[in-house]
This record gives sequence, C-alpha cells and structure tokens, in this order.
Amino acid sequence: MDRLAFLLATGLARGLVIALFALSLVIIWRAARIVNFAQAAMATVAVYVAYAVVTWTGSYWLALVAAVVTGMLVGFAVERWLIRRVPRDNPLPGMIVAIGLVMILHSVIGILFGPRHVPMRAPFSREPLYVGDVAVLSPYDLFVLLLALGIVVALAVLFNRTTLGLQLRAAATAPEVSRLLGIRVPRMVTIGWMLSSAVAAVAVLLLIPTELGLNAHSADILFVHAFTVAVLGGLDSPVGAIVGGVAVGVLITLVTGFLGAGMAPIAVLALLTLVLLVRPGGIFAVKEARAA
Amino acid sequence: MTIKNLSRIQKIALRGIGLAAVAVAVTFVLSPYQNYQLAFVAAVFCATAGLTLLIGLTGQLSLGHAVLMAAGGYGYALVAGPMSAAGIGGPLPLLAGLLGALALAGVVGGLLGLAGARLKGPYLAGLTLALVIALPAFTSQIPGLGGDQGMRVPFVGVPDGLRPLVGVEQWHAWIAVVIALLAVTPLAIIRTGRTGMRMRAVHGDEVAAKLAGVSPARVKTGAFVVGALSAGLGGAVLAVLTQNVSPGAYDLNFSLLLLVAVVVGGLGSLVGAAVGAFLVVLLPWLIDTATGAMGLSTELEQRLSGDLVVLVFGALLVLVTIVWPGGLSNALSGRFSSLVDRFRPRVDQPAPQSLTER
Amino acid sequence: MTADARAAEAVTSHGTTPAMLAVEGLVVGYSGAPVIDGMQLRLPPGQVVALLGANGAGKTTLLRTVSGLVAPRSGRVRLDGEDVTQTTVEDRARRGLAQVPEGHSIVTELTVDENLHLGGLWRLPGTKARRAAVDEMYQTFEPLARRRASLGHQLSGGERQMLALARALIARPRVLLLDEPSLGLAPRVVAQLFAILRDAAERTGLTVLLAEQNVTSALSIADRGVVVSLGAIVADAPAEKIAADPALRHAYLGF
Repeated sequence: MDRLAFLLATGLARGLVIALFALSLVIIWRAARIVNFAQAAMATVAVYVAYAVVTWTGSYWLALVAAVVTGMLVGFAVERWLIRRVPRDNPLPGMIVAIGLVMILHSVIGILFGPRHVPMRAPFSREPLYVGDVAVLSPYDLFVLLLALGIVVALAVLFNRTTLGLQLRAAATAPEVSRLLGIRVPRMVTIGWMLSSAVAAVAVLLLIPTELGLNAHSADILFVHAFTVAVLGGLDSPVGAIVGGVAVGVLITLVTGFLGAGMAPIAVLALLTLVLLVRPGGIFAVKEARAA
Repeated sequence: MTIKNLSRIQKIALRGIGLAAVAVAVTFVLSPYQNYQLAFVAAVFCATAGLTLLIGLTGQLSLGHAVLMAAGGYGYALVAGPMSAAGIGGPLPLLAGLLGALALAGVVGGLLGLAGARLKGPYLAGLTLALVIALPAFTSQIPGLGGDQGMRVPFVGVPDGLRPLVGVEQWHAWIAVVIALLAVTPLAIIRTGRTGMRMRAVHGDEVAAKLAGVSPARVKTGAFVVGALSAGLGGAVLAVLTQNVSPGAYDLNFSLLLLVAVVVGGLGSLVGAAVGAFLVVLLPWLIDTATGAMGLSTELEQRLSGDLVVLVFGALLVLVTIVWPGGLSNALSGRFSSLVDRFRPRVDQPAPQSLTER
Repeated sequence: MTADARAAEAVTSHGTTPAMLAVEGLVVGYSGAPVIDGMQLRLPPGQVVALLGANGAGKTTLLRTVSGLVAPRSGRVRLDGEDVTQTTVEDRARRGLAQVPEGHSIVTELTVDENLHLGGLWRLPGTKARRAAVDEMYQTFEPLARRRASLGHQLSGGERQMLALARALIARPRVLLLDEPSLGLAPRVVAQLFAILRDAAERTGLTVLLAEQNVTSALSIADRGVVVSLGAIVADAPAEKIAADPALRHAYLGF
C-alpha cells in the first residue's frame, strides 16, 4: 500500500510534465494544424542553453528563464523560416519537414556536445518526504507539480481571459473569418509556435533531473508519451491533454514500479492502440474524428 | 482480365527481369564489399518501394516501416533457424524462411493497416512511432526472440556447383536482387493498375472515393499489407546478409532513413524508391570515407561519424520537401521544362487564393 | 438622404460624387477567361446596393476581391477614396470594411459573446466600449441574448446568420459586404434580418453591398440593383426599376 501511494504521488509529478508537453502539442495543433514531431528536439536545444546558463551563473532560476526565452526564439525561427515555406494543402509535407528538423537538430547537438549524458542537478532535493511512515513526494516533485500547475493556470487565463487569447483561438479555428475581422492570422500562428515551444522547453527542463541527464535524445520518449496523451485527449483538447497526461504518467509509473521498466513502452502502445481503435479522434474529441 | 491488361503486366515483368539481369551481370565486376552494398540496397529497396506507395499514393505516413522489416527478419529467423538446426540443408530453409518472413510481416502489416484505415495522418504517424520505440520492449518481453542480442540466422552458402564461379557476397547479392524482383514487381503492377487508381482516389478525396464505390478502409489496409509483405522480404534479405536479426538494427533512425529515401527519391515513384535506397546505403559510406580521408582528429571524426550523415539526410528531407516537392526523380525530369519556364514571358499575377465562386 | 435622392444619385453614380466604395477596371481570375472582367462600380455613402446575378456570375469573387481575400489581376479597390488594393485583408477590416462571407461565417468554437467581442476588437478599443456595444447588439438581436454563452456550433442556421450580421455591425463599419445572407433561412427570418440591415443602414449611414440569389427580398431593401453576368455588369439601376423590368428578370435573374 505504501508503495502504491509513493508511486501514485511520483506518477502525478511525472504525469504533469507529460501533460505540459502534451499541452504544447495541443497549442501548436490548434494554432497551425500540425503535429510538431520536432517539438522534443526544439525543446532540447532550449534546455542546452538553460544548461549553459546554469553552468555559468549557477542560478537555476535564470536557467528557467533562459529555457523559456530560447524556447520562444526557436519556435519563432522554425515557424517563420521553415514551416511557413511548406506547402499547406495536405498535412504530409509539414510532418515530413518536422521530421527532417528532428534529424538536423539531433545531429547538430550530437556533433557539438557528443553522445554523453550531461548530468543536470535538480534545484531541490529528490529525496522523498515522509507523511508518517509513508514516503510520498520529494521536494523536487512538489516543485514540478506546482510549476506545472502554475503554467497550466497561466495558459488558461491567457487563452480564456485576454483579447490575445481570443484572437489566438479564433485564428486557430477559423482563419479566414478571423482575417476578415482584422486579426493578423500569420502573427497569431507565430505566437502559437512561440508559446508552444516555450512550454515544451519548460517541460523538458523539468524532466531532465529525473532522467539520466541531458542528451540529444533525452526528450524523445517524452514526446512519444505526450503524443499518446494528446491522442488520448484529442489533439484539440487542452483539458484532455492535462487529464491524459496525468493518467499516462501514473500508468507508466505503476507499470514500471510493479512490472518493470521494460513493460512501460508496451503499456503505452497498448493504451494508444486501444484508444485509437475505440475513439479514433481521442476521448475528448467532439463528435467526428479530426480530419487532418 | 483483358489482353491489354495482360500485356501491361507482361511489360512490367519483363522490365523487372531485365533490370534484375543487369544487376546480376554487374555483380561480376563489383568487389565483394560492393556486392554486399548492392545486396543491402536491394533489401532497402524492397521496403522503400512499399513505403513510397503507402505514403505517396494513399497518403498514410508510417514512421514504423523498419518494424515491418524487423518482422520479416524475425519471421525468417524463426522458420529458417530451427530447420537448419535440424540439419536440413540446401535451398529449403531459405525458401521456408521467406514464407515465414511474409507471414509475420503480413500479420503485423495487416494489424497496422486496420489501424491506418481508421486513423488520420498525424494519429497514424504517432502510432507507428510508438511502435518503433516499443520494438526493443517486445523483443525482450517475448521469449524466444533473443532480447536485445537478437536471433542468429543460419548462414546461406553458395551452392556447390557455383562455388568456383561466385563468392559468398556475390551469391548473396543475387539472392537479394531476385527477392527484390519478386517483391517489387507486384507493387509496380498494383501501382499502374486499377488498385493504384483506387489508392490515389482515397488520398485525393475519401468521400468522393466512397461515392465512386471505393472502400477507403479496404484500400488503405491493402496498401499497408502489400507494403508490409515487400518490407518483410527486405527484412529477410537483411537477416541473410548479416546472419542476425536484432531490435537495435531496426530503430527509429532506420525508419526515418526509409522515409528519407522515399521522400528524396520522390513520393509515389518506384524509380524514386530505388534512387532513395541507393542514397541511404551509399551516402553514409561516402561521407564516412570522405571524413576519414580529410585527416581530422580522432575526436572530431568520432563526433562526426553517424551524426554528419543524419544531418545531411535531415537537411535533404527539409530541402526536398520545400524546394522539390516531387523528389529527385521528378526534379531531374522537370529540369528542362523549368528552364523553358524561366525564359517564357511571365504574366505578373499574385498567387490565387481559394477562388471559388458559388 | 431620402430614398428618391438616393435613387437619383444611383443613376448618376458614375459621376464625380465621392464614393465610399469603388472598384475601377477590376480584372480577377488566373489563367484563362477572367472571372471578373474590367468591372467599374461606385457606391456612394449610405447606399444599399443589391448585387444580383446567376450562380457563377462573379458575385462572390467581387466581394472577396473587395475585402482582399482574392488579389485582382489588375484594377483598383478604393475605400472612401483611398486606394486599398495593395493592403491586406486585416488592414481593410481595421479600416472599416466588414464582410459576412457565405456559409461558415462565425467562429463555431467560440461562444456567441466571444464572437461579438471579436467583432469589436479593432474598431472599439477598450473593454468597456466593447461590452457596451455587445449589450446594445443583444437588444437589437434578442434571440442572441438568450444564447450568449452557447458555442457557435450549437446555434441554428438563422441564429448563426444573425450572429454574423451582429458581429459585422458591432464594429460600426463604413462598408458592409454580405454574401448570400438569406441562404438556407426561413422567409420569416430573412425578413427579420433584412429589416435590421435596412434599419442599420438608415441609422448609421452604412454603405452595403449585398450579393443575393433571393432577388425579391434583396431589392425590397436596396436603393439600387446591380446585375452581373459572366463577370461584367449588365444592368445598374434603382431597385424598383430592376424589380419592374421583366426582360432583365427573365434573362439574368431566372424568375
């Protein structure tokens, strides 16, 4: 029982990181109708910059800011200089270009920094705290939880309570009508990419201390998990991304804890297959499967 | 079947046999290593030929095509291994192994196809991505597949009668070329025939295809299955070449290489798939040779090895998609007409946006 | 301006009176025969013009070119004398050119309230001004007030068209382009919508270009009718004249 409580609590923290990343996929899907397969690689670039900042200054908080800012810049650059040039009449070219970008970023990181994992320290202890005799969360898990929740709330306010959010939502779902209302749709798409990349960068930054370290590929699995989540919840649904993220995080932690790490990818694949076959558009999808 | 139809199939078969004969003839002038590379190209071609139809014609993006090759390799090993362990010699284990490859790849492809028929673009891509990532987990969880080490595959030696004439690598190249012929010819027939038209119809407009009496689900599943069978044969060839099948060889990078091959060669084109197969086999070798010859420090060379190739392929993928959407095969054949266009007086007109009048 | 004065002006509108909206020598369409071929049209301020013609005559293309969704091959579009041909769709909207396109003209994933706020985003700076304008619209379009929290895709066809019109009017545009607003609506709803439109034009001096298949309803609220066929204007006269011309009706309007 104690073990279950511990796994559930750490699964929650892990799940919120996945949820954040999934949310970043949802933001970009809603803004540009693209599943950004390069999201993890782009975020990794931002986290390398954050790593450099923490090495130079010793301040985790400056590194966090650096990750956000670099994330935005990378998102801006990729959208303006790459994605905007891709033919838009069907989704295939966009996906293929994103995959090409993954290969470019991975190899450039590999050439610059080599294959080794760079260890990155967590700003708080990773030793679990005890409630009575039961081990629950570590302070770092708690930090991850609070920061992730804070970002989710901030995004919800941005999208639902501000005029920028209103424009972003309108431009994403009805570009032509939005233009007729005076909204600069291309700019909204760029802002969507910037927001999305920044959120993804934070998610990867939060993930790294719990993994082996920083490496060109250290966020790859996170992408697969987050994609699974985005599909569970439907690529259009922010709420689905958060609920699904926590669910997948808990599932992975439980499977790893009770059945061994080797079973986790199979569990994720099984869940993904099951959901896709029962509800091809995701659990939270509105009626028909999304045409892409 | 009409006579006209038959002659089309005969034409394709004859062309295939001709090309295979040329390839076999070429093996006599190649070095053993070059023959090994040729065999490798033929194996990859089996997979890219199916993938280019899948993506180019039906519009289904599979990031997991390497898994289908792996299924072929494992299917081969599971059948051929025990047979040769039981002392059965001659061509029997090879032939039975190929059937095993077809069976296992066909089953996996059929399952993926069922999923593909229900899933739109990004969802299918993501599912196949998750499958590639999960492959090592499958091989280590299912007993008998040998875990990360993989399975040994029995050696296929040169028949006694030919031994004075051809070397092992050359013999393997022959096997690879003949299997590629058997794998790709049906694809060429499908592509130019009615089924190919149905595939294009489904990609173009599913609703319209349905109204014309085409079942998108059946066409999409079918495309996956034929692609899987052909990729499975390619996997069997790789198993024979390397005498081993392991999950590490069929990782995401290999899947992405197959994608690079078909995109750079030109989606939907079998010639493109062949060009792409040559490219993904030979370019890494060329780049490695070039960096080796430049006399770089060992440290730099180590860093570049592998990564530089991925960089070049990634850049190719992006460039080709943006600059030559038809791929290399199309860009080369279109070069003349684009030259003509350049000197034709241009009517200055802005790009039309959706100009629809109802 | 009285209806008579407007009608008189309509006839002389090719003269020197300043036009709120003008298209000059407009040619639209890519390769082959142009969809619009050298069109001249001037709308004086406050005039309601019905744009009539069969399917494929070029009505929608004209509206989309005026709003900037389609770029012309040659010719100019002027808004209140200013050449806006080179400006973007968004810029024209911000300068007071509103368009209600045919069909899917509301943002179905936003609520009625959000749709209306969106309409006032540029022309009504400040949350307070927008809120007031939105509330005013709820008085004009009572059915919308009851559905203010509903999502766009939950609305009926009539409610959607009402919302589209309200959203266009909220920005207090100078020129309003409407494409087939009556399509698929019950006659009662059409009458209601057109009455509101006419009223808005009278009160605010709004200039309206109304493309319609529903000729009778359109002419009943228009000052002037313009009939297009194969991308060119074939008749331009006061609305009553067009309505009363059996030859014209028979040849181009199909009734």
